[in-house]
Amino acid sequence: MAARGRGRGRGLSFSVDTLGFGRGETLPAAIQQPPPLYPLLLYKPVPLQKGEDYDYLLALKQDFRTTIRRSPFYLTLVEKKQDIERYSDKYQLGQQDVQGNWTPNWQRFPAELREKRVRKHKTLKAATPIARKDRNVKEIVQKVLETLEKAPVEETAEKEQVDTKGEEEKQDEDEEEEEAEEEYDEEELEEETDYNMTYFDNGEGYGGEDEDEDDEGVY
Amino acid sequence: MSENQVQKALCVLIQHGLVAFQKSNKSFMEYSINIDKIMNHLRYSRYIHCAKVLYGDGAELLVEEILHAGQTDMATVVKKVTDRLNDALETAGHPKISSSLVRDKFNSLVQTHFLQRCFSPVLDDKKRVIRLEQPENVEELFSVQPMEVDGGNQGQKRKLTLDSDLPNKRFKTESTSKEASPGDSIFWQVNCERFHHHFRDQALISAVARRLDKKAGEIMRAILRISEVKTDPLAKQTVPVSFTEIFGSLQKELGFTRNLLEQYLHNMTDEVPEFVSKCDDSGGGMYVVNIFQALQALCKAHIESVVLERFGSKSLRIFRVILLKKQVEQSQIETCAMIPSKEAKELLYKMFEEGFVTITELAKTPDHAPSRTFYLFTVDIRQVARMLKEKCFKAIRNAIVKRNLEIMEHKRLLDKQERVDAIIADLEQQLQSGLEVDPAQKEEVQEVITPPERQQLTKVHTVTNTLEMSELQVDETLFILESYLAFTYHRPAPKKQQSAILI
Repeated sequence: MAARGRGRGRGLSFSVDTLGFGRGETLPAAIQQPPPLYPLLLYKPVPLQKGEDYDYLLALKQDFRTTIRRSPFYLTLVEKKQDIERYSDKYQLGQQDVQGNWTPNWQRFPAELREKRVRKHKTLKAATPIARKDRNVKEIVQKVLETLEKAPVEETAEKEQVDTKGEEEKQDEDEEEEEAEEEYDEEELEEETDYNMTYFDNGEGYGGEDEDEDDEGVY
Repeated sequence: MSENQVQKALCVLIQHGLVAFQKSNKSFMEYSINIDKIMNHLRYSRYIHCAKVLYGDGAELLVEEILHAGQTDMATVVKKVTDRLNDALETAGHPKISSSLVRDKFNSLVQTHFLQRCFSPVLDDKKRVIRLEQPENVEELFSVQPMEVDGGNQGQKRKLTLDSDLPNKRFKTESTSKEASPGDSIFWQVNCERFHHHFRDQALISAVARRLDKKAGEIMRAILRISEVKTDPLAKQTVPVSFTEIFGSLQKELGFTRNLLEQYLHNMTDEVPEFVSKCDDSGGGMYVVNIFQALQALCKAHIESVVLERFGSKSLRIFRVILLKKQVEQSQIETCAMIPSKEAKELLYKMFEEGFVTITELAKTPDHAPSRTFYLFTVDIRQVARMLKEKCFKAIRNAIVKRNLEIMEHKRLLDKQERVDAIIADLEQQLQSGLEVDPAQKEEVQEVITPPERQQLTKVHTVTNTLEMSELQVDETLFILESYLAFTYHRPAPKKQQSAILI
């Protein structure tokens, strides 16, 4: 490191001769701007080769591309729904129909890539307990309202009892359902159940909220 | 993107072999992308063309259809191709052909390994696909399953072609494994490596033919063809081929005399020792093709022409001096290339800057002081080849981006032309089927595109065509560079070749 310090003041730390500059020659000036983005071409590119074979190859390549674009393999992102319905939309649908035509041979593809048909079925099944629950809630609400009309303060304890009972019943039902489901779609549990759970929870939350509001009215 | 779309996209990618999947230890499916396969897309048109040259139109359509579908079973593709061929023949007024002809083409493509079976799926205990696996016996990939219809007949035909073909061990194993393998749904794909192998051989043949003459090229072809079966595709040298074998295969086709062939071979080993060399005197002389050295020579030639076109002939002279002397000092370069000192420095440093030339430092003292160090200029062919390969990628990408831009900009016009063409084709079809069509109508439709629009269209077409053509031709350079570089990667020594030599 000391050598660097001493070297200062004597110009460069090495003799300029080694770079190939003679004694009398001046060093080129320092470059103070970046090189141009598009430097001038000193040598023009060579023209492309021509021939029948090349023309044929080119035709094949272009042909291949257009065929692939029209094949069911060419997926496009489904565009966002337009603000208004246009007359011409009707005619553009035809193009999109081609896309769905290809079904992979599932013996050769991982199962998780398969579009899940079962899910629709499941949500339908799941809809019934919600409906039942809704009825329950309605009944409870009605009961509560009726009792409230008669004796507001005394009956609250009873109502709470009914509530907890109802909840227990619900939980039992859910558990039974889950057991039944587990048997036929274990594979989907990995990533799919999360979504479904939250979905069901919302339904329950809704009912709960309802009751809370009632309670507010009470106190 | 919705989940469904991702599923679909992955399916398409797997179908075309661009994405591979495997179950990991944590029982998740893992997907990986296959870059080489993607790069092969540039060569699809060459594969199709190659099939046409080797086996005719039927094979061309077969390869094209399989490439379109990614992977497909034999019955579907044979049917499709037969239909397409018959359509074409009908319009040309020829009689139809039967599907068995197409099937024969398919068989011959498989026998020569241009087509191969897709890897078979591996199932876990719940019958779900975990991964695709290569069968233990590689030959199984190339065994043809006879069709149920006239199955026995097919087998006989195959045996006939089998006997007439080169004496070949793999066909025997093929016919035995045929009975064993399950045969309901076998999927086929194009074997890109085999095509590359063929292209490589073709490049060597044409190089010799250019250097000497056509007959020398034929000799080269003969040696490569004889040794093709026995040589490991990645071996640096072919298996030695005897003079008698070469003579035998050339005598029938081209009428070589013993004397002429001897002279030619002598010339070849003298003139192009990188390509062909004599390794033994037994059997009238044993000859080998030095594939690696030949590819290196080709690669060098490509690099030299790049230097010539980018830096000019004086730079090329300097470059060649360095190549010849391996390690040279700057002052030596000036004298050897006979270029004045200042100009030589400028050219040399320019090449150094672009990475075509590298420097080795040789310090006289351990402190590496510049004044007491030799700077030797060298050329590392492998490194330059790698750099050029990257430049080729860049060039191809640029061409593709520019082409897409060009098409996007003129999308409206191109769509319009497509529609007009469709209408005209429709009218012509009506005319052919005997319907009365007003000729003025056709003209009217044609006039929808105005002259300035037409001018612009032709301009767009020439631009896109040139760009696409350059993609194809850059890929040719890329192919030579890649096949050279493929040999430079470390890999275990080929065992097959050694055993062959021992025998």
